[in-house]
Amino acid sequence: MNTINPSISTGVNMRDKQAAEIPVPQDKPEDTIIEEGKTVGKPFASDPKFQLRNVSVSYGSDRAIKDISLDIGRNEVISFIGPSGCGKSTFLRCLNRMNDSIDICRVKGQLMLDGEDIYSPKRDVVELRARVGMVFQKPNPFPKSIYDNVAYGPKIHGLANRKSELDEIVENSLRKAGLWEEAKDRLDSVATGMSGGQQQRLCIARAIAVSPEVILMDEPCSALDPIATARVEELIADMSKSYTIVIVTHSMQQAARVSNRTAYFHLGHLVEVNETNKVFTSPEHQLTESYITGRFG
Amino acid sequence: MQTANLLPLVLVLAVVAYGLAYMRSRAVAAPLGGIRNLKALPFYYAARAALWCAIPALIVLAAWAGFEGKIIQGIVIASLPQETWPESAGEASLILSQISNVAAGKLNPEFVPEHIAGAASLLENLESQSRNFKAILVILIAILGAAFAWTRVAPHINARKNVETTLRRIFFVCAALAVLTTAGIVFSVIFETVRFFNRVPLSEFLFGTTWSPQTALRADQVGAEGAFGVIPLFTGTLLISAIALLVAVPVGLLSAIYLSEYASRRVRSTAKPVLEMLAGIPTVVYGFFAALTVAPFIRDLAEMVGLEASSQSALAAGLVMGIMIVPFVSSLSDDVINAVPQTMRDGSLALGATQSETMKKVIFPAALPGIIGGILLAASRAIGETMIVVMAAGLAANLTANPLESVTTVTVQIATLLVGDQEFDSAKTLSAFALGMLLFIVTLLLNVVALKIVRKYREQYE
Amino acid sequence: MSDQSSQAEIVRNSLKRRYRKERRFRLYGMVAIFIALGSLFILFADIIGKGHTGFIKTTITLDVTLDSEMMYLDDPTDEDQRSMADFVAPIIDALQDHIPEAETAAEKRELGRLVGNYAASEVRDLLENNPDLLNTTQTIEFLAHDRVSTYVKHAGNPRYSIKLSEQQQRWVDELVEKGVIDTSFNDVLFSRGDSREPSNAGILGAIVGSLLTMLVTLAIAFPVGIAAAVYLEEFAPQNKFTDFIEVNINNLAAVPSIIFGLLGLAVFIGLFGMPRSVPVVGGMVLALMTLPTIIISSRAAIKSVPPSIREAAEGVGASKMQVVLHHVIPLAMPGMLTGTIIGMAQALGETAPLLLIGMVAFIVDVPTGFFDSATVLPVQIYLWASSSEQGFIELASAAIMVLLTFMISMNALAIWLRKRLERRW
Repeated sequence: MNTINPSISTGVNMRDKQAAEIPVPQDKPEDTIIEEGKTVGKPFASDPKFQLRNVSVSYGSDRAIKDISLDIGRNEVISFIGPSGCGKSTFLRCLNRMNDSIDICRVKGQLMLDGEDIYSPKRDVVELRARVGMVFQKPNPFPKSIYDNVAYGPKIHGLANRKSELDEIVENSLRKAGLWEEAKDRLDSVATGMSGGQQQRLCIARAIAVSPEVILMDEPCSALDPIATARVEELIADMSKSYTIVIVTHSMQQAARVSNRTAYFHLGHLVEVNETNKVFTSPEHQLTESYITGRFG
Repeated sequence: MQTANLLPLVLVLAVVAYGLAYMRSRAVAAPLGGIRNLKALPFYYAARAALWCAIPALIVLAAWAGFEGKIIQGIVIASLPQETWPESAGEASLILSQISNVAAGKLNPEFVPEHIAGAASLLENLESQSRNFKAILVILIAILGAAFAWTRVAPHINARKNVETTLRRIFFVCAALAVLTTAGIVFSVIFETVRFFNRVPLSEFLFGTTWSPQTALRADQVGAEGAFGVIPLFTGTLLISAIALLVAVPVGLLSAIYLSEYASRRVRSTAKPVLEMLAGIPTVVYGFFAALTVAPFIRDLAEMVGLEASSQSALAAGLVMGIMIVPFVSSLSDDVINAVPQTMRDGSLALGATQSETMKKVIFPAALPGIIGGILLAASRAIGETMIVVMAAGLAANLTANPLESVTTVTVQIATLLVGDQEFDSAKTLSAFALGMLLFIVTLLLNVVALKIVRKYREQYE
Repeated sequence: MSDQSSQAEIVRNSLKRRYRKERRFRLYGMVAIFIALGSLFILFADIIGKGHTGFIKTTITLDVTLDSEMMYLDDPTDEDQRSMADFVAPIIDALQDHIPEAETAAEKRELGRLVGNYAASEVRDLLENNPDLLNTTQTIEFLAHDRVSTYVKHAGNPRYSIKLSEQQQRWVDELVEKGVIDTSFNDVLFSRGDSREPSNAGILGAIVGSLLTMLVTLAIAFPVGIAAAVYLEEFAPQNKFTDFIEVNINNLAAVPSIIFGLLGLAVFIGLFGMPRSVPVVGGMVLALMTLPTIIISSRAAIKSVPPSIREAAEGVGASKMQVVLHHVIPLAMPGMLTGTIIGMAQALGETAPLLLIGMVAFIVDVPTGFFDSATVLPVQIYLWASSSEQGFIELASAAIMVLLTFMISMNALAIWLRKRLERRW
């Protein structure tokens, strides 16, 4: 799914990242049906949390994202769907600058969170990530106890003054992630011993613990069995009341179940954005229709 | 004929056998309608002939060359008049060197006792006989082997299978040489060690606090037996290794972290190979540096602040040894840190952790077992290092924890006790083998434990 | 929502402190790198600083009149006469031409001590080989005495003590002014074996000894290492004994080198009665020591040959051994060579095991065969470094520079090979 090989992405120098904007060669659109920068449907929202304008991302000379403009509304759940390699994960990782750790990755365009530029040199990436949390494709609990996993974020940010406050944060987060009942008796056991579904919910609890405003989810259920998937989806529905959620998914059913709006990506282009039921019942763009009817993907 | 000349001769014979068998296989094939009707290509018949020619001959040659010296020496010693038979191995080697000097013409036979001169001529005689026999035997075997293979060039014989089986066996023997080497190491220390413990009790060796192996020259001298308590050597070794690790672990670990997490690609690609150069520098160079530059510098520095420092100090040896093992620690830590999955890093960064927080609180704890394994390997290297300590740490077996004093180590004692002429029977010489045994066991244990930890750690993330 | 914004406030407030920590951590890393690279720099600077003078020799060029009366020598071909003759007298006489003030016997003796101890034998050898030169005047370049050499090269350096009398120092100054005493490139270093006198000592013997030893090591370790690697990767059955071999190889790679010296002493010299101090035994010991390195890197090279190649060869009916000999080994060869060169560089710098098998003897002659007594370059460095004669220190440093040059070129060759020949699949 990810076009990036994570193993090469060691060696990070945040300051270097923002420095040079390499001009991107304007290659011809691969698919004549798509017009670059044109998105059908309703890409803009009235009360936007994110305002993203003319975003392009390139890895070296490869353009992974081509001139995308999109709003993400406050407390909205939006799904990114599309075939493999269409750039949806890359785009998601721009929203909390996780792409910073890839040397050759360059982001162009305007990305605003609550009216402030995400990629501005003055923007602090640590603070940004505290506000924009992320859940990954593969559950990645730290090899520590369940308690320590959830407490990790609050601890590094200094969110708790006392142990009792920390306990409270941990308990609340685990409750919100629907994991409290299963985990309360073994908070001290190592997190990697849990089942895949539990691990993923733990990762969600870990993200919630720092009280982010936005949670980015990169195919959170792709490594889980159907029952665990159902529980995570329930959880997403619960969380939508208090968080803005952006979810990349491979499963159209999942997009249909959890999201308000759905965005369809194709080869680095944002083809169509609309209310979820609109996208799945009467897509406006020919490519979207082909995709949801399973002609490719 | 000398062994050195026989070896090429056998190889030439093998080449000849190869050529002859090649021609014969074609000749055999010709009336049958070409080499298609042979079970194997002519190459394999030829290769088999070469192997048959060379291998048995080389084995005989190696065995003969390995044992002829000892056997001839035995015969020569036995030929001496009974009253002049050597009483100890040391005396025997003395007499033998005298005899061989006479035989080689370095010593005038008129100046030595008659029985020595007689033995010398016997030695000369035996040696020339042995040379002749060896040459005849080896050449005969080579020719017989080749002849046998020659008769077996026949269309129904699958020479390829034979050659491949033989090659595979040769490969196996090469691999098994590692086992033989280990066995050889154990063998070479164990007998002398047992003999040593027949004279010096194990408890005295392990718990004694004085080490002075200088046995007296005359038997009636006081303290004739020397003292063989290994504790001062052990503390010396530990002191120097501890200093070395105190330098190498933080420097190596932090440089690995800096290079893999912070440094730009350009800095990394130059700093890393330069750092690895430290590992390629011969230890004798470090020893030179420690003894002639660092040790005097430390002594002067200590004197300036009013401390007393020996001109050969544990500190100098330890510091330099630490620098030597920095690349060792850093490349192992680098491996281990990079083995922690990227998802772990992403998970922490996505929560808003800074890089140092991610490193200290997530990556480092996750990598800790691997890092500990690496440190154990580094410790085993420090304990076994010889040249730096031989040149810079000194010989005085002081029982001290003061790094400014001179101490000695296990390896230094092995080296000094065995360099130069030794009498094979004295407790002094034997003690070196006991120390070798001790060193082998300790480093082996450290390695086994470390490799186990590292392997377990790797499997965890695979 | 208020929860979120108050938390964001906390995060923002903590940032300064956390970034301070971040910077401090990064600084620690930089300091560590600096210490490591700085030590390397100091080491090199120290050795070059000490050793560059080792490449300079001090010579005294004199017009020597080979007067037969002065030498008490009528017939240079007569051995008895030669052994009684005085070859120093004409040298002192020639020096007196430049320093007329030295007149008393004591002063003449002092004067004669300006040339090296081997000057007389140089004159003798010259006459023995060319008896016609008797009673002629020859311009001969002598090596200066070590004390003179030290004075000329290091006067004013507190690390060196000057052992010339004040009178001698004056003479030397005068001779330097006249151009009689001169310094030039130290070709002695590269053309002679060891000597008791620094000015007369060279590393040729050690270099040849190293070369012979390395040849033995290479001849054993390279084929055996590759064969072992091929066996373990391609033929070894999955069983206990294979595991045992692997454990052995991994452990041998970490056994202290001095232990291999014990092995050589007890097995090769003690059990097989092989001679001490010879390149054959040294080479065998180093081969055993290097084998694990070669095996491990050769196995990695074999592993990197993709299975598709093997399958393709097997698909046309090649036997397992043919696949290995025709495809796997040639394709893995660059990697194996790289590993071998690195292993050889290691062996070239090794000292400790060779001490135990007696390669520390003082050997003047340049070895000519594998069974000649010899020493090797690192051992020569060790011997000179432990010598009390100050002139040997600069020679040891110079020898280190030569040794490091060898090793760096070998490693560079390995890197070049890896870059040039290694295939990326």
